[in-house]
Amino acid sequence: MRAFELESVEAIDQAVSHRRVHDGEAFIAGGTTLLDLVKLDVMQPEKVVDVSRLPLKRIETLEDGRLKVGALVSNTELAKHEIVMRDYPVLSEALLSGASTGLRNMASTGGNVMQRTRCPYFRDPAMPCNKREPGTGCSAIEGINRNHAVLGTSEHCIATHPSDMCVGMVAAGATLVLEGPDGQREVAFEDYHLLPGDSPEREHDLKPGELITHVILDAPRSGGQHYLKLRDRASYEFALASCAAIVNLDGDNISEVRLALGGVATKPWRADAAEAVLKGQPATQENFEQAAEAAFNDAVAYSHNGFKITLGKQAIVRALRDATAAARG
Amino acid sequence: MAPVIRPSTGVGFCTPGAQAEIAERPNAASGEHSDTRRITLTVNGEQHDLHVAPNAVLLDVLREQLGLFGTKKGCDHGQCGACTVHVNGRSVNSCLMLACLQEGAEIVTIEGLAESAGFEQGHHPVQAAFLEHDAYQCGYCTAGQMMTAAAVISDDSIDGDETSLREALSGNICRCGAYKNILDAVQSARGKMRGGQ
Ligand SMILES: Cc1cc2nc3c(=O)[nH]c(=O)nc-3n(C[C@H](O)[C@H](O)[C@H](O)COP(=O)(O)OP(=O)(O)OC[C@H]3O[C@@H](n4cnc5c(N)ncnc54)[C@H](O)[C@@H]3O)c2cc1C
Ligand code: SF4
Ligand code: FES
Ligand code: FES
Repeated sequence: MRAFELESVEAIDQAVSHRRVHDGEAFIAGGTTLLDLVKLDVMQPEKVVDVSRLPLKRIETLEDGRLKVGALVSNTELAKHEIVMRDYPVLSEALLSGASTGLRNMASTGGNVMQRTRCPYFRDPAMPCNKREPGTGCSAIEGINRNHAVLGTSEHCIATHPSDMCVGMVAAGATLVLEGPDGQREVAFEDYHLLPGDSPEREHDLKPGELITHVILDAPRSGGQHYLKLRDRASYEFALASCAAIVNLDGDNISEVRLALGGVATKPWRADAAEAVLKGQPATQENFEQAAEAAFNDAVAYSHNGFKITLGKQAIVRALRDATAAARG
Repeated sequence: MAPVIRPSTGVGFCTPGAQAEIAERPNAASGEHSDTRRITLTVNGEQHDLHVAPNAVLLDVLREQLGLFGTKKGCDHGQCGACTVHVNGRSVNSCLMLACLQEGAEIVTIEGLAESAGFEQGHHPVQAAFLEHDAYQCGYCTAGQMMTAAAVISDDSIDGDETSLREALSGNICRCGAYKNILDAVQSARGKMRGGQ
């Protein structure tokens, strides 16, 4: 692994002021994305700033009912927190479907938001990749793209966003709290990750020097929730297609619904077109299928990943079925 | 009496003399960086004062600086679990962990697993069950399997049914495919350690 300087910080303002001075710096929390990619020479920080000891490890309920999660809460703790299991089961299930017991013990909430794509060309510095080296071209579009996205792609990049947690958060609704040299700001979780467009190297709305300090989950939505993840093996594998669903019923009709998709899109994907089809309609298999069609209306398949459109639709139908069953109690 | 599992000397080769030599080379674990940090690591109950490169991962420090070869390097990228150790009681992948960040932590490796839980060295119920159930072929993944198993067994939030255990153990890959016997061993050790729970 290439050499880097290491600096530990104990206070948030220290962490933030650090990065104002230098480019080429990276934070480290759990290290499960950063060290993986430094070993591959995909990320090349000259200096690594250790934020793992910052006081951002608490989960607390705010007066307005929202849940404030510190950026350093581990994926295990968040998934198994009693309030999360009770009020945000879709998020707990999404977290527990990701990685492995050991990795979830290490992975932080902020680091999970910031994890990078698993596109094999991105992970191989010998290959052209617009995300890693802007302007070199995309090896996946004409290459092996079975794991790549069908939604939100551009002619410059078709990489899938790999996170399960983020899909659960999009469904549950959340806000990111960012602290930077110019103070604090908040960004809606859904707006944080960016589409690749013509600048796939820009993946999110984090300004130089900013640190994610918290994720605030919306006040719990009542109703039934479910996260379904479909993949090549039953565990310890990234999603080929996943769906987070929250369904509220008024009698037999769907009064509220939130749907988010993973494994098929370039960012954690809110399936609003599918939600619009379902709202106010009876919770039937036929309507679920129509919603699934709507979700993939604009999908673009590449040479090896067309199956994801079918799989993604099935994920939506099944997740809706299970969330509806949960809503009925 | 159950046989004693001795800490493996690893696929590498290291005479005690060579180990001492490596331990004196401050940046053995990275080989690339001249600046080292002084840190104190508590491993298997013992404190070690070490000079460690900023980019040294815990796995390399355990093996190359402390001569604890029981913990294995499989993939070096979080994809196999061979490097699993306990940090503050939780199983973690030591290949993706900077050693410098572990100052003050309680680290347990396979060499100290039994004693950390109050058993004689090599006599942790998980170790005994792996022997009894023949839960390995080449043995390369075994230390990691046992470290994860021990953490999973003592975790109250993980149920003992087959589905829950298989899911909780899935981060440990076995190239030899000894999964069935591994699962049997873990279930048997769990039964012994937790009774009917
Ligand atoms: C083998 C393997 C399998 C995996 N499988 C899955 C899976 O199935 N599903 C899934 O969702 N994920 C999976 N992951 C990814 C894993 O969830 C992420 O690596 C992890 O969440 C990253 O968190 P971390 O704390 O380790 O991040 P780090 O590696 O410490 O940091 C990651 C990035 O975020 C930045 N960063 C960290 N904290 C902050 C902060 N507070 N503010 C701003 N920037 C920050 C760092 O600079 C770095 O660039 C897998 C990973 C591995 C290695
Ligand atoms: S899909 Fe994106 S990340 Fe993968 S090679 Fe193309 S540009 Fe790079
Ligand atoms: S060596 Fe650490 S997970 Fe494979
Ligand atoms: S026993 Fe050979 S890898 Fe598991």
